[in-house]
Formats: sequence, structure tokens, C-alpha cells
Amino acid sequence: MYETIAFYLFAALTIVMFTITVMSRNALYAMTSLAAGMIFISAFFFLLDADFLGVVQIIVYSGAVMAVYAFAMIFMDTLRDVKEKNPSKKIVFFLSGMVALLLVIILLTPLISEKVQALYPFSDEVGNAEAVGIVLFTKYLVPFEVAAIMLLVAMIAGIILASKRMDESITLKIDQEIEEELQKGKR
Amino acid sequence: MITLNHYLVLAAILFSISLVGILRRKNLLMLFFATEIALNAVNIALAAFSKFYHDLTGQLFAFFIIAIAASEVAVGLGLLIIWYKRTGNIDLDTLQSMNG
Repeated sequence: MYETIAFYLFAALTIVMFTITVMSRNALYAMTSLAAGMIFISAFFFLLDADFLGVVQIIVYSGAVMAVYAFAMIFMDTLRDVKEKNPSKKIVFFLSGMVALLLVIILLTPLISEKVQALYPFSDEVGNAEAVGIVLFTKYLVPFEVAAIMLLVAMIAGIILASKRMDESITLKIDQEIEEELQKGKR
Repeated sequence: MITLNHYLVLAAILFSISLVGILRRKNLLMLFFATEIALNAVNIALAAFSKFYHDLTGQLFAFFIIAIAASEVAVGLGLLIIWYKRTGNIDLDTLQSMNG
């Protein structure tokens, strides 16, 4: 009973938040509603008995990823409306409708076939975080290490890309000066 | 009673919202936001499969998707900042510098 109420409540909240993200013209509103939607999504993970995944969702998405977006938006004028020109709305809605229909068919296919079997079934003796740890550090050890190396590479790349010429103000300078300096730097 | 179908329909709705965003947005930052929504929708579907088939693989796949999303954001935003420093806007139409 409570599960049903919680599901429909959080489903409505998530859909509303993500619709605001997609439709909003202001980048700051879009980012804020995206962060709220991420937190509401973690409620689904708690409903689905995936406690550890829910905690990771809150920490990584609402904490780390949103903080990175907020830092990136320092460089841009966020209060100004985003200017976009959309040539044809009919094509956009037609294409997204068709792709969504295809997606529903793809998602419903495994339900029709009853041949799905559990590879690593739950055990009732240990909690969710423990069970995830046991499977992650035995069956998925190599992907886990590869993911760690990938995160390291991404971190180094992000630092090097974003920290170039960090010591001077870019917002107060006009484009021509930056281009001239770039030309000088090449010589 | 909430079944697997409920969660799958929710994930499909969220994914189509993000598809609308990807198709109608021209701003690169907004495009990143829509991509995040798509990844989250898939995560919901994977966690639901994990619960209703009593299998932990779905949750572990969701963890790897979160790791990939985090590194994608780090590299993508670094490139976006550089492009903004060079040109002053992040509209997708201005990215066509190689049209012949």
C-alpha cells in the first residue's frame, strides 16, 4: 500500500522535474530541477531494495556530478536565457515519439520470453551492500579495476582541459584579445 | 501492487523525455543534462530487473553506468569550457567548422 503511494508520488515528481529540465530556457533552473530529479530517482532505488545504489546515486549524482556542472556554469552567463533556434517542431516530436515506441517494444520483449534466469541470486543472510560487495569483488573484479583506471584518466583529462589559462579572467576579455594571444602562443 | 511493468513504463517515459531534450536542444550544456536523464532512466530499469528477477547483475551494471557518467561529465565539461573560452558560445550550430 505504502509502496504504491510512494511509487506514484515519486514517479510524478521525477517526471515533472525532468520535464522542467528539458523544457526550461534558463540553464540555472534546468540544473536545479535536474538535481532534484536525481534525488527523487534515488527513492526508487530504496523502494527496489537497492540501498547501496540509492546512496551512491545521491552521493555521486546529486553531489559530485551536479557540483561539476555548477563549477562549469561559473564560466557562463547563467541568468541569460538560452537562445536556440528550432527549425521544425513537428519533426522533433515525430522522431521522439517513434523512438519512444521502439523503446517500449524493446523493453517489453524480455517479459514475453520467460527464459530469464538469475545469475547471481540474492541471499537473505547478508544485506544489500554486503551482497553487492561480494559479487563486485569476485565476479566483476576486472571491470571494477578498469572502471577505476577510467575514472583516473577522466579526472586527469578534466583537470588538464579546464585548468588551461585559469590564471586570467576570460569573462572580462573580448574574443579578439584571446584570439591574438592564441596566435602569439602558436609562434 | 507495483510490478516490473510499472517501473519499465516509468523508465520508458523518462527516457522519452530525455530524447525530446536531446532532439530539441541546441545548447551543449542542456544536451548534457538530457543525456544524464537518459542514463538515470536506464538505471531505474536495471534496478527493477534486479529486484524482480532476484539477480544482482542489474545493480552492478547500474554502478558501472554511474562511473561512466561521472567520467563523461568530467571530460565533456572540460572540452565545453575550452570551446566556450575560444568562441564565446556553446551553440551546436557554431560547432560546424569543418563544412566544406
